[in-house]
Amino acid sequence: MSATPLLQLRDLRVAYGAIEAVKGISLELAHGELVSLIGANGAGKTTTLNAIAGILPTAGGELLYEGKGIETLPAHLRLRRGLALVPEGRGIFTRLTVEENLRMGAYCRRDEDGVEADLERVFTMLPRVKERLQQVAGTLSGGEQQMVAIGRALLSRPRLLLLDEPSMGLAPLVVEKIFEVIRSVAAEGVTILLVEQNANLALEFSQRAYVMESGRITLAGTGAELLADPKVRAAYLGE
Amino acid sequence: METLLQQIVNGLVVGSMYALIALGYTMVYGILGLINFAHGDVLMVGALVALEAIRLLQIHAPELGLVPTLLAGLSISVVVCMILGYTIERTAYRRLRNAPRLAPLITAIGVSFLLQTIAMIIWGRNYHSFPQLLSTAPLEAIPGVFITPVQITILVVSATLMVALVVLVNKTRLGRAMRATAENHKVASLMGVDTNKIIAATFIIGSALAAVAGVMFSSNYGTAHYAMGFLPGLKAFTAAVLGGIGNLGGAMLGGLVLGLVESIGGGYIEDLSFGFFNSSYQDIFAFIILGVVLIFRPTGLLGERVADRA
Repeated sequence: MSATPLLQLRDLRVAYGAIEAVKGISLELAHGELVSLIGANGAGKTTTLNAIAGILPTAGGELLYEGKGIETLPAHLRLRRGLALVPEGRGIFTRLTVEENLRMGAYCRRDEDGVEADLERVFTMLPRVKERLQQVAGTLSGGEQQMVAIGRALLSRPRLLLLDEPSMGLAPLVVEKIFEVIRSVAAEGVTILLVEQNANLALEFSQRAYVMESGRITLAGTGAELLADPKVRAAYLGE
Repeated sequence: METLLQQIVNGLVVGSMYALIALGYTMVYGILGLINFAHGDVLMVGALVALEAIRLLQIHAPELGLVPTLLAGLSISVVVCMILGYTIERTAYRRLRNAPRLAPLITAIGVSFLLQTIAMIIWGRNYHSFPQLLSTAPLEAIPGVFITPVQITILVVSATLMVALVVLVNKTRLGRAMRATAENHKVASLMGVDTNKIIAATFIIGSALAAVAGVMFSSNYGTAHYAMGFLPGLKAFTAAVLGGIGNLGGAMLGGLVLGLVESIGGGYIEDLSFGFFNSSYQDIFAFIILGVVLIFRPTGLLGERVADRA
C-alpha cells in the first residue's frame, strides 16, 4: 500500500462565472476509505464532486488523483483512470434500456468476458435490475434508477466512486437497500466519497467525514466524532 | 388509377431521397439541438464532386465500365463529404457548443452561403448535365406504370442505407454512445465517452448520406448546380420536422410521406384547382405541410418519446 492518498484536494476552488461556489477546500481520501461530505443544501457538495469528476472546471487549487494533477484532464479520461461519478439526480439515460444503461458503464472496457462477469455481479447485488433489463430506463421508479446508476458506475470498475446523494427522494426502505449495496462495494475495496444531506445516515455509515458550509470545509473527523459533536448535532441532526 | 400508381412510385423515389437527407438533419438535431442548414449544401457538394470525378474518370480511364465509374465517383464524393462534414463541425460549430442557440443557427446559414459561393466559383453558375451512367429508359412495371433503372437503384440503395443506419444506431457501441450523448452530454462523458468524437461521427455519417442523396438527385434529374442543395435541403428539413425532429424513424417516415404528398398532389393539383395551378406548383405542398405541422403538432408524427417519470 502506497502512502500517497488516492484523492487529494488542496485549496480547490470552483466558480460559476464570477460566483465562487467552492472557496478553497482541502481534503483527502486514502485507498479503500469510505468518506462522506455532508452539509446543507447549497454548501457546494455537488459542485465539489462535479469538479472532481471533471464535468466542471476548477478555478484554482490542486486536484490530485493517485498523486498526479488532473485539473485539466477531460471527464471521459478521468473515468478511464478509474474515477466514476454517480451524479446528482442519477443521470440515467431515460431513453435507453436498463441493459444499455449498464453497458454504457462498460463503454471503455474491451474485456468482453470481464464485462459479462461484472454484469452478473451487479445482478446478484441488485436483483431488481435484472428483472427489468429490456425496459426503457425512464419508466423505472426512483429507487430502481438509483440502483441502475450505481450498477452502471460499477461496470467501469472504478477505483474511486463518487456518489452524489444516493438517498435523494427515496423511501427509507429503499435508502436502506441502497446503502447496503454501497457498503458491499466498499467492502470490495473501492474507495468511496459520498455526498449526503442525510447527515445521520452518512456519519453512521462512513469512516471519516467532512462538513461543508458555504463553500468551505468547517469540520472534519471520524464519523463517530462528528456524530458526537454538539455543533453537528445542532446544525445537521436537528437537535 | 394508373396515374395514382405512377405518382406513388415517383413519390416513393423522391421521398426516399428526402428521407436520406432528413436523417442527417435529425441526427445532428438529436445530438446538438442544432438545425444544420448547411446540410443541403453538403448534398450539392456531393453531387458536383461526383460529377467532376466521373468526368475525369471518363477522360482518363474510359475503359472503366459505366457502373464502376459511377461507383468510383460516388465513393470519392462520399469521402469528400465526410471530410467536409467533419470540417464544418470542427471549425464552425464546435467552438459555439456553449453559445446561445441562435449563434450556431446563424453560423449554419453562413456555412450554407459559403459552400454555395465556393461551389459557384469552382463550377460556375450554369447547370451541368450529370452523366447518365444508369439507364433512364422507363420500364413498364405494371401496365401503365413506369419506373426507370435509376429509380429502382435509388429505392434499393436508400432502403439499404436506412436499414444500415438503424442497425448502427440501435445495435452497436457507437450507436449506443450516440444515443447516450444525445440524451445527456455530461453523463455520457462520465461514462468515458469522448462526446466530441461522437458528435464528429454524427456529422460524418450524416454527410455521407447527403453525398449519396446528392448523387441520386443528380442521376435522377440529370443535372447538377451550385444551388441545387437549397430546395431538397429545405424539404428534407420539413420531412424531419414532419416526422418529429430528433427521431430517426420519424425522418424516414416524414421523407416518404412528404415525397408521396408532393408527388400525388402535383399529379392532381391541376384538376383540384380547376386549372389554376399546374404541377410546377408541387413545391407548395412541402411548405403547407411544414406550416400545418408546426401549428398543430410541433412534435411531429412520431414526436419526442417522453419516458421521464422520476
